[in-house]
Amino acid sequence: MKKTIEFTDTEFMISLGARLLEDGKTFFVGWGIPQVVAILAQRLYTPNIVQIFEFGAIGPQSLTPFVRGTMGGPQNTYRSLQWLNMNWAFAYAATGYIDYGMLGALQVDHYGNINSTMLGGTFTRPMRRFPGSGGGNQVASFCWKTIIVMKHEGRFVEKLDFITSPGFLSGKGIREKEGLPRDTGPWRVVTSKALFGFDDETKRMKLIGVLKGLDLEDIINDMGFKPLIAEKIEEIQPPTADELKILREEIDPSRIIIRGELIKMEV
Amino acid sequence: MDVIQSGRSEFRFIHPDEFRVWAREKKKREPVSKLMSEREAIERFVSDGDYIVYDFSTLTRGPQALIREIIRQRKNDLWIGAEFTLLESALLTGAGCASRIDVGFLGYGNYIGKAVCEGKVKVYEWTNGGIALRILAAARGVPFMPTRDLLGSDNITYSGAKVVRDPFTGDPVCLVPALNPDVALIHVHQADIYGNARIFGTNLFALEASIASKKVIISTEEIVDPLEFRKEPMKTTIPYFLVDAVVHLPFGAYPGAMPARYELDLEHIDMLNAIDNDEKMQAYLNEYIYSVEDHEEFLQRKVGWKKLKELIRRATIKEGYL
Repeated sequence: MKKTIEFTDTEFMISLGARLLEDGKTFFVGWGIPQVVAILAQRLYTPNIVQIFEFGAIGPQSLTPFVRGTMGGPQNTYRSLQWLNMNWAFAYAATGYIDYGMLGALQVDHYGNINSTMLGGTFTRPMRRFPGSGGGNQVASFCWKTIIVMKHEGRFVEKLDFITSPGFLSGKGIREKEGLPRDTGPWRVVTSKALFGFDDETKRMKLIGVLKGLDLEDIINDMGFKPLIAEKIEEIQPPTADELKILREEIDPSRIIIRGELIKMEV
Repeated sequence: MDVIQSGRSEFRFIHPDEFRVWAREKKKREPVSKLMSEREAIERFVSDGDYIVYDFSTLTRGPQALIREIIRQRKNDLWIGAEFTLLESALLTGAGCASRIDVGFLGYGNYIGKAVCEGKVKVYEWTNGGIALRILAAARGVPFMPTRDLLGSDNITYSGAKVVRDPFTGDPVCLVPALNPDVALIHVHQADIYGNARIFGTNLFALEASIASKKVIISTEEIVDPLEFRKEPMKTTIPYFLVDAVVHLPFGAYPGAMPARYELDLEHIDMLNAIDNDEKMQAYLNEYIYSVEDHEEFLQRKVGWKKLKELIRRATIKEGYL
């Protein structure tokens, strides 16, 4: 029997991000949405994932509800394996111990390069200014596989206004040529509508999955460049009842982080 | 070494020998009481034009009372290392204290981004990892550190980093110059009157910044007996001979949290976040900073015992802290 479920695009994005992680791996967690993804994944899918935070928390089992805006508070660092500082946290990443990294983005281009610094105008007098790298540049430079999580609309552009954190720069082998660690780079782009990977040969972004019920053309039309399209596009399931329950009842009961555009779907 | 690329921004830098002389001449080896009021500490140890770093963040164990005192004394032309910053940059810029910001994480809220767009403050892009490494270089007494991040990004152009050919691997490597701040402001759980200090929990670069900064101001929740440090030396975060001033400031991290002591005041944080123009910023500064004499009056008149008790009660997570 069919029933109608309701969820926000943000809830979908967080749930999809959580499903991508592997248990028993290390995971460098960026500020904001990635923190929520990490908690959901740890509760539901990857209990043995080792979260690493730039402020020096190694392997915490963060408490809920999530305190918005914070990084480094006692909830966030609860039951860590080790408490260190920033230079040591990045030491783990720089030496190859970190499997996954997750970051948000303002803009992303065809090669998975990330802008989180500014939009429009010039660098000294931008139209809009944002927090900038934080530790994002280190995460994108050092982790074996970087996952970008962001709202779909208006964020895919042909040319970034600022390269804050490196994707594949301008093609295969360019990261290595610039001196970045070998075999690293963006691995997935999770949006509020779709999932992307990267083509092995060209390192260009490739659409590999679409939220069930959405039209592929609509998703591509909203992008500032035309991504490669996988031969077989995965139909991505909406958030499960378990995912929504944990997000709404445990992680963000005030629904400040998980709010977004409401999607109704028959399942 | 072959320089492949050079950032084009100005940056703070001194020769390691200049700092060594400072450490020899200005840092007292004998244990003397450095206990003083926040007014005296900021008057004596923060000058206009100084470069300032702090540890940790607005929401957790940040030196917020010391920052309010800097604003109260209307220091100006400060250059801030905005490492892991949330609202310090907005307050210091809005109050006219800061003229340059090394980012780091510029901050959040609705004020600071606009201030950059309007040209109120100059910004440079070093990233959090880059600033931490610059401080580490300074703390190790070397002029720079090599690193394999920043490469390929625009942060190099808008900082003073360089890319050179590494003589060992032959690959390009990024060099960031050492950063010796003029002032480090660090809020801690416990300190003695000489400046020995303990932080419980994580930190950004509390020890490195204390070693590398010309002047170190510690604010502390609690003053403890010096013997405590010798009984448990593993718990010492900062030894006294790095420190210039100790200020006893309970609730010194307010409106942020002090792990295992008190929780953050999210209502006050939200009020700060909502500030989106100079009029509202001035109203905030007048109400909460300029209109009070010091931290004690701020707590009494602007926060109140009832709120403080509630924040203490909410700090239920003690595990792992002392």
